[in-house]
Amino acid sequence: MKTIASIVLTALLAFVFGLFTQLPWWCFAISSFIVALAIQQSPLKSFLSGFASVWILWVALALFKDIANQHILSTKVAQILPLGGSYLVLILVTGLVGGLVSGFAALTASYIRIK
Amino acid sequence: MKIIPFVLSAICTVGLVIVLNSQLKTGSGKTPRLGYFLSPQHGFWQNAESVHKNYNDDIKLEGLAGKVEVYLDDRLVPHIYADEDNDAYYVQGYLHAKFRLWQMEFQTHVAGGRLSEIVGEDRVSTDQYFRRLGMVYGAERSEAFVAANHPEMKTAIDAYAKGVNAYIKSLKPEEIPFEYKLLNYKPEAWTAHKTYLFQMFMAYDLTGRSAATDLRMTNARNYFGYNDFDKLYTNAQDSLDPIIPRGTGFAPPTLTPKTPLDIDSAYLHKKNLISTAIAPIIPNKGNGSNNWVVAGTKTASGRPILCNDPHLGLNLPSLWYEVQISTPTHQTYGASFPGSPAVIIGFNDSIAWGVTNAGRDVLDFYDMKFRDSTLQEYWYNGAWVKAGQRIERIKVKGKPDQVERIALTVFGPVMYDHQYKNTSSGGKILAIKWTAHDSSSSFPTIYQLNHANNYNDYLNAISLWKSPGQNFAFASKTGDIAIKQQSNFIARWQRQGDFIMPGIDSSYAWQSYIPTEENPMIKNPERGFVSSANQKVTDETYPYYLGAANNFPVYRGVIINRKLAAMQQIQPIHMQQLQMYNHNVFAEMAIPVLLKQVDNTKLNPDEMKYMGMLKNWNLMNDYHENGATVFNEIWDSLEAVVWSDEFANAKMPLEWPEENTLLESMLRDSNCIFVDDIRTQNKKETLADAVLAAIRKATPVLLKAEQSSQLNWGAFKDTKVSHLLKIPALSRLHLPIGGSEHAINATTQIHGPSWRMVVQMTDQIEAYGVYPGGQSGHPGSKYYDDFVNYWAEGKYYRLLFLNLKDAPTHKRIKWLISFTKA
Repeated sequence: MKTIASIVLTALLAFVFGLFTQLPWWCFAISSFIVALAIQQSPLKSFLSGFASVWILWVALALFKDIANQHILSTKVAQILPLGGSYLVLILVTGLVGGLVSGFAALTASYIRIK
Repeated sequence: MKIIPFVLSAICTVGLVIVLNSQLKTGSGKTPRLGYFLSPQHGFWQNAESVHKNYNDDIKLEGLAGKVEVYLDDRLVPHIYADEDNDAYYVQGYLHAKFRLWQMEFQTHVAGGRLSEIVGEDRVSTDQYFRRLGMVYGAERSEAFVAANHPEMKTAIDAYAKGVNAYIKSLKPEEIPFEYKLLNYKPEAWTAHKTYLFQMFMAYDLTGRSAATDLRMTNARNYFGYNDFDKLYTNAQDSLDPIIPRGTGFAPPTLTPKTPLDIDSAYLHKKNLISTAIAPIIPNKGNGSNNWVVAGTKTASGRPILCNDPHLGLNLPSLWYEVQISTPTHQTYGASFPGSPAVIIGFNDSIAWGVTNAGRDVLDFYDMKFRDSTLQEYWYNGAWVKAGQRIERIKVKGKPDQVERIALTVFGPVMYDHQYKNTSSGGKILAIKWTAHDSSSSFPTIYQLNHANNYNDYLNAISLWKSPGQNFAFASKTGDIAIKQQSNFIARWQRQGDFIMPGIDSSYAWQSYIPTEENPMIKNPERGFVSSANQKVTDETYPYYLGAANNFPVYRGVIINRKLAAMQQIQPIHMQQLQMYNHNVFAEMAIPVLLKQVDNTKLNPDEMKYMGMLKNWNLMNDYHENGATVFNEIWDSLEAVVWSDEFANAKMPLEWPEENTLLESMLRDSNCIFVDDIRTQNKKETLADAVLAAIRKATPVLLKAEQSSQLNWGAFKDTKVSHLLKIPALSRLHLPIGGSEHAINATTQIHGPSWRMVVQMTDQIEAYGVYPGGQSGHPGSKYYDDFVNYWAEGKYYRLLFLNLKDAPTHKRIKWLISFTKA
């Protein structure tokens, strides 16, 4: 239950932060940190919840854009980065980047209240 | 609290954010800031436009006088209906920015020498080059000229700038175009000055080759001596079919430029090795174009048809953006430049116009003598004269500014000096004189052409055009057709300005411009058509020197005139086919003289095979023709065989002689003088030896191409349309299109017809057009490159030229954007 609450809350706050696009892209690290501080879990669980929430959020948002765009831009970007021109890999990498930042922020928070 | 794991993971978190928020160095450049770039709410995903995007909008803007309606058609071409001209230009600026903002800013950054601000010190040399060429200087003078002499144009350009800025202001951070995110910078405010910078960019693209060729021609003259030089770089063109038909006759000149007395010693024969510095970006030699108009006597409809296909670099986003502008004063459709108001090439409900490059030399260098290295005084007409000074400050990303101190002379800015040189320039101080630095502007002409109703309006409009030299073709509904070569052209003595000129006094200075009335033109000629394809404008009877022949391609003009002379009952479709015609006149003339020299007994089976392909070739540079590749390789090899011995010892960059020079000397005399290989002392090579050597040189290349299935001309040529940043993923590669620099379809690897237009001047104008790009400059839009395949296949879109009352209900109109005053 805790894990699910943490994932949902983290993702929600990350999304809300992301609406304020004049703020830096990494602001969700702060919200992930706060959620992990509020909902106490083991470091591993905190990391995984933090990771999973933003991974899911970013993959979902990217998919939403990508499907409407019929992969026009993602296929190009996946050649530039380079990821072999695969939009799927690009979407997974997108999730990975957001997930890692969130996961580490949550992990950091988890050590504060641990005894 | 577990301190150590806390600290460690905190460091990891912060470190990760810092790394993902930085541009990382890679082999060839830098990554974007990956965290930002990949963030779905901030980064590139926001630029992935829905393919079903709805462009309908209702926009309130300050600065508009009235209401403007923009109907977007199925190709995303805007049809702008405004109550007054300046509102139309305001909205044109807004739309250019909406669809092409990054490109507009990037191109003017290039022109203004500001690339290093974006990409860093790698591009400082490009910036230096453009600053020292006086691009900003020319733009400023142009801007001041328009403000003082054409207030109505200044208002139009200001309105345009306001429109661009209105769009920029409306952009949310996540909405900035893709390339800004990739390169990690942000759009800045647009200024009217940038429109003038873009004008300089085009002037450079069309007339700036002299900045490189004058230096290389000087090297060549020094290396070969003037007599050999004059044979290798002859101004004679036997095959020329000029724009103004031979035998037209010209009035006696009102000016006779005075040739300096010391020309032989001080200019033509000089043997001391001087200068050269080479430009980082040399405008493409093929920056030419075709235009022609057939009179009603030759068409099925009885009305003129005007055609134009400007040949420029093929880029994405495209240089061109289609637009229709309708106000109470005019209704005009055509191709516009993102960065400039109005239509550049197009038609209105009375007339049509198209342009090609004149190729005349309007840029020269003067060798200056300064008192000392501070460049404060220079020797001119027997006295020390105080030089002006101009500071150009180049901002470099992550580095201190680079400051250029440019001396200003009576001729113009000092481009090369002790500071700015390259290894072979020897620190010569070279001032540049260029018509693009004159106080003038192309906008008054463009503005008046957009509004022109008849032949007189056309003539008045183009009489204001001072740079760069263009051939303006014209057609009207009333049946007039005309072409005129127009610009400020210098009344030159023979060979004036082909080399660096002495700058110590006024004897080599430009003496005056040719009066506009004496620029070559023709109206309603007997033969029923006018045409131009960058060839020399006239035959030898024109009383003024046209400049070195290296800027005047011969063969496209020959085939256009041959075809047009033979055609009758012409319809627009025939003109479309002619624009795509791949017949190679150069090959037609060269192959017989080549084959005459070949002794089949000396050829091995592979060589025989390729000579067979050459013999059987139909002279068409079509995609699937192997013969075109064989000819191309053998001819290039022949040039290398004939010239390389002469050029072997040159230490400096030289201009290669023209293709027609070699061909015409072969046609005149098979013992043409440069055929002998001067490296073999006891043997006198003949043309047959050279041709055999060329076949032997070409065969391995052809074999290799054949093995990789690239012997067919289209694959061998490999046409592409490159993104302005040369990123392959954003470009269109390996396009299925034929063509040749010698064919009417002048498509080469990176260059070709950048906008094809055919306009029939019937009561209801029937116009067709296509360009290799798309109306949207956004790589994430389906409209980014949607015309490219059509263009490659030689297909055309019927251009929608709509009255306001028909727009709302027309089946090709998809969206409406309404602009109202805030």
